[in-house]
Amino acid sequence: MTRFNIIKRDDLPKKREWIIRTLAILFSLVSAGLVILALGFDPLEVFPGMVTGALGTEIRLTQTILKAIPLIVTSLGILVAFKMNFWNIGGEGQILMGALAAAYVALNVEGLPKPVMLLLMAAAAMVAGGIWAFIPAFFKARMGVNETIFTLMLNYIAIKFVTYLQYGPWKSPESQGFPKVATFPDNATLPKLFGIHIGWVIALILVVLVYIFINHTKKGFEIRVVGESKETARYAGMNISSVIIVAMLISGGLCGLTGMIQASAVEKTLAASLSGGYGFTAIITAWLARLNAIAVLFVCFAFAILLQGGSYIQISMQIPAAVADMLQGIILFFVLGSEFFIQYKIGIVRKNIPQKEVA
Amino acid sequence: MEGFLAATVIAGMPLLFATTGEIITEKSGLLNLGVEGLMLMGAIMGFVAGYETGNPWMGLLGAILAGAAGSLIFAFLTITLRANQVVTGLTLTIFGTGFASFMGKSYVGLVVPQTIKDFFVKIHVPLLGDIPFIGPVFFRQDVFVYFGYFLVVLVSLYFYRTKRGLNLKAVGESAASADASGINVMVYKYVHTCIGGALCALGGAYMSLVMMSVWVENVVAGRGWIAVALVIFASWNPIKAFIGAFLFGGLSILGFRLQSMGIHISQYWVDMLPYAATIVIIILSSRKNKKENQPPADLGIAYFREER
Repeated sequence: MTRFNIIKRDDLPKKREWIIRTLAILFSLVSAGLVILALGFDPLEVFPGMVTGALGTEIRLTQTILKAIPLIVTSLGILVAFKMNFWNIGGEGQILMGALAAAYVALNVEGLPKPVMLLLMAAAAMVAGGIWAFIPAFFKARMGVNETIFTLMLNYIAIKFVTYLQYGPWKSPESQGFPKVATFPDNATLPKLFGIHIGWVIALILVVLVYIFINHTKKGFEIRVVGESKETARYAGMNISSVIIVAMLISGGLCGLTGMIQASAVEKTLAASLSGGYGFTAIITAWLARLNAIAVLFVCFAFAILLQGGSYIQISMQIPAAVADMLQGIILFFVLGSEFFIQYKIGIVRKNIPQKEVA
Repeated sequence: MEGFLAATVIAGMPLLFATTGEIITEKSGLLNLGVEGLMLMGAIMGFVAGYETGNPWMGLLGAILAGAAGSLIFAFLTITLRANQVVTGLTLTIFGTGFASFMGKSYVGLVVPQTIKDFFVKIHVPLLGDIPFIGPVFFRQDVFVYFGYFLVVLVSLYFYRTKRGLNLKAVGESAASADASGINVMVYKYVHTCIGGALCALGGAYMSLVMMSVWVENVVAGRGWIAVALVIFASWNPIKAFIGAFLFGGLSILGFRLQSMGIHISQYWVDMLPYAATIVIIILSSRKNKKENQPPADLGIAYFREER
């Protein structure tokens, strides 16, 4: 008779950790392939189709990068909150409020030179996103109110509010009855560099800044300690309330900046659909990146391939884009499960062998 | 007014099932944030099974199986593989949303068969249905609503009057103590997570099969998240969940009511009400300090027997 014995591993070498994660992703692709097969499509056509659809031509690669940019910036924002064990599910709402503030500046401030205008829009967006994150952070810090539900409810309120503006007071008279906010003037749109709007430069800079902030500054250290254990943080004399609020201002500010980038460079206006689910997908990418800013860059690019590939197969193979959503779910299920094999090893205990030999 | 309240009961039903389901799950110490996804999985599988067979029981069975299967994934990852419950629950919601959207692609706009509509026809309960005011509001409803009342009573009795219910409480409060006293912690967690998930899915199926009786994409529209908040509002008590579900059911249909009364408020402002009210409720309930209103002590914490 045998039974299993689960033992916590000592630190596993980094290399083996990544081998286990890679295996998990391979397994998830295999099972996703089986799902695709069960749905009546050929996975050997779908997967290569997704890759060529995302990277095959220069235009498609551009599309993939355009999807990666908001994902990277939002993931960085989510990462700062998650590091602190603060479940910011409100990325969508923070993105929208950021876009709203940027649109207000773009449509109401006149006669500014382009760089000043763009900086002002970015600042307004970061403040608005920050405020939208500050509200739940304040209640969490002062009264221990559950932040998961609070941030999530604020998403819905932001969506309804922007929809209200889009269909009501902010509807452009020139849009011939369409519920559309006026298009931004030229000095309010982000310039391009190498054919792609400079959001990609911003994203790269932010990856480095967030990495340094989390790993090499006092505030970043405090955020990590609060995330590990509130008791330790309190014992060390940290002001937990202020750590939560500062971290959430940064988190919401980054999400708000995503809103400005999307409104200014992609939509060139304000629309309720502008957040495009990035606030939710960023939760997955931030987690898959093990809350590491550098890893966020690569994970988000991989996810952008999945997203762009998903919309490509929809057009070229008539496969609904929802398949890509399911694939995201399946991949994350496997990666979540694989963490167990990184943290624990399973020993087989035989009854007649003394316990100590196994342990 | 009676008509509005009767509609409130119907609008509250999906919330009641999902909230009760999540209470059962959380009582075992697991925080499953996948309610929205489970409701959507139940909504689509209930609709597909009901549409294809024309049999209401098959529809309900389809939903139950979908919910149990979805929460089994959650249970395996969080109980056996000890994955983070918050992230796993969110993943389940993303997966469920994609699943429902994909499965429902070819059903968009299709109407449920007449056999199912007949099954969920309003039934006037003898005697009870004749009580002034209460009768028209509560006792001239469809069978699913009566099942909802029954569920509240059943779950309350289970929690507070049975040995298993007491064991369940022990598992959620302190898995280590429950384990030491000989309760099979793993079985309790698995079983209650799956039952909870199946109830969430039934709530979703009620939306697609009865309330809408036609498949529309993303039919659940955030009610799963409101249910998660209602669990806190109800302080893990099924009877309070009943009250909360109808309050929120009422809020969700208030807009139509106001418009029919000639009061013109932008639909978008009225739409915000349930979400804003949820925020108010979680703020208010965080102020409650009474012992019986606290969440299960082990909620969200994975249980490692080896690290006891």
